[in-house]
Amino acid sequence: MHGLINRAIQAFVTDTYGEGRWKSVMDLAGLGFVEFEAMLIYPDDQSFKVLSAMETVLDRPLAEMLEDMGTFLVSNPQAEALRRLLRFGGVDYVEFLHSLDDLPDRARLAVSDLHLPTLELIEQAPGQFELICAQGLPGYSNVMMGILRAMADDYGDLVILDHVGVRDGADIISITHVESQFAEGRSFSLGAHSL
Amino acid sequence: MMTPEQLSEFADQICPMHVIFDASGRITSVGPTLRKLRPDFKWTGQDFFEIFAVSRPRWVRSVGDMLRSAGVKLHMNFSSEPQTGLKGVLAPLPAGGGFLNMSFGISVLEAVRDYDLTSADFSPTDLTIEMLYLVEAKSAAMEASRQLNMRLQGAKIAAEEQAFTDTLTGLKNRRALDHVLSRMIETGKEFALMHVDLDYFKQVNDTMGHAAGDAVLQRVAQVLVDCTREVDTAVRVGGDEFILLLDGLTDAETLERIANRLIECLEEPVPFEGKLCRISASAGTSLAKEARPRDAATLIHQADLALYAAKNAGRGQHLFYQPNMEMMG
Repeated sequence: MHGLINRAIQAFVTDTYGEGRWKSVMDLAGLGFVEFEAMLIYPDDQSFKVLSAMETVLDRPLAEMLEDMGTFLVSNPQAEALRRLLRFGGVDYVEFLHSLDDLPDRARLAVSDLHLPTLELIEQAPGQFELICAQGLPGYSNVMMGILRAMADDYGDLVILDHVGVRDGADIISITHVESQFAEGRSFSLGAHSL
Repeated sequence: MMTPEQLSEFADQICPMHVIFDASGRITSVGPTLRKLRPDFKWTGQDFFEIFAVSRPRWVRSVGDMLRSAGVKLHMNFSSEPQTGLKGVLAPLPAGGGFLNMSFGISVLEAVRDYDLTSADFSPTDLTIEMLYLVEAKSAAMEASRQLNMRLQGAKIAAEEQAFTDTLTGLKNRRALDHVLSRMIETGKEFALMHVDLDYFKQVNDTMGHAAGDAVLQRVAQVLVDCTREVDTAVRVGGDEFILLLDGLTDAETLERIANRLIECLEEPVPFEGKLCRISASAGTSLAKEARPRDAATLIHQADLALYAAKNAGRGQHLFYQPNMEMMG
């Protein structure tokens, strides 16, 4: 699995639970190292060992932690670059949702060996969507759920999210867009990034 | 046929950075994004060349030149600050005058920041947003790579350091000696090579054990470092053999003083678990000077001869290499 994904897991655990807990997780996972490198590729089973060690050490359901990780990735100042890249997807939340179809391609454009499973947004009615998260990365839909929630906050919109099950091996998230500009979102300026 | 108003409205939709001017060069219509760059301007009626300076092609200096430039890529910038660079292409209008469509070109990164532009300021078909995305994504990825490189570099330095260090004493090891010595020879500097061999060390090891021997060696390393300068190199070349490279130092008197002080310090007993370990040392020095042989093997060999001459002379002594030692050796 790409180092960026492993590194994201590390950043989330370290920031939320502390360095000590992360070390315990890595000790239990038994990989022989503590730190992941963002720009290296690791065998998938190493990531799975870390995730299962997290469940034991942190004593929380994995799905719940992964959703928190999605939120963390958008809302934590450490990961500001990712939040900005997601905000490039659209000027409002609905446009952002539509841009998710391009997300795996966009990710690959940035980091050519980062492969994310396909995402497909279906608009069932105005304000009512389903996001189909293809299989290939266990827990992907949990992380996406957290990202969708945090991005709604980022835009200041009110949404209701729900896992509605599995169809043809793909996880389905239902998204109800209740209100735009429900609260004050975070500002986004195209040129804020110092070049 | 479209009225000028219709054309202007139409152009606002498709080309948010257009300028339309009449046959005399007076501006009649300007796209919304361009207007945003100069919100205080009264655009209509202004002379095109009052607002913009065309830099390339150089022959474009008048409205007539502009109209003749149809289809050619034009480079221009605002005459006023900030002189944002723009590129454009012109098509003459049937009714006279021209329609100029512009974009930021490579200056877009600064422009977005300077004018606080948003996605809405770019035509949906414009790839600027994608480009900005890419610039940021690549910068972020590059930054991650750079940090990886820095960590690898740090690890490499540490590994090299380790490969060149004697673990027991912290002094340089044989591998480091070869490295430093050949570099000193290459640069043509003068220096002295002092070979130091401990006396009675074997007795300490045999009677008081290896732990005592190790303590002595660590003490020796400390003395070697204390008695030399930062620029000098202290190496443990074997069990109880050491080599000092004394940078820029070939003065016999000074070297003699250093050697004697070294031996004196090494003769101070080292306490270990309630007992005292006593050793001494012999030393031989060869000099790397202009006229002398300048290869590592010869220098080490000469220092060896001097060392053995010192040992034969009764230990606890220091001698310089002399050519007549070759016979004795």
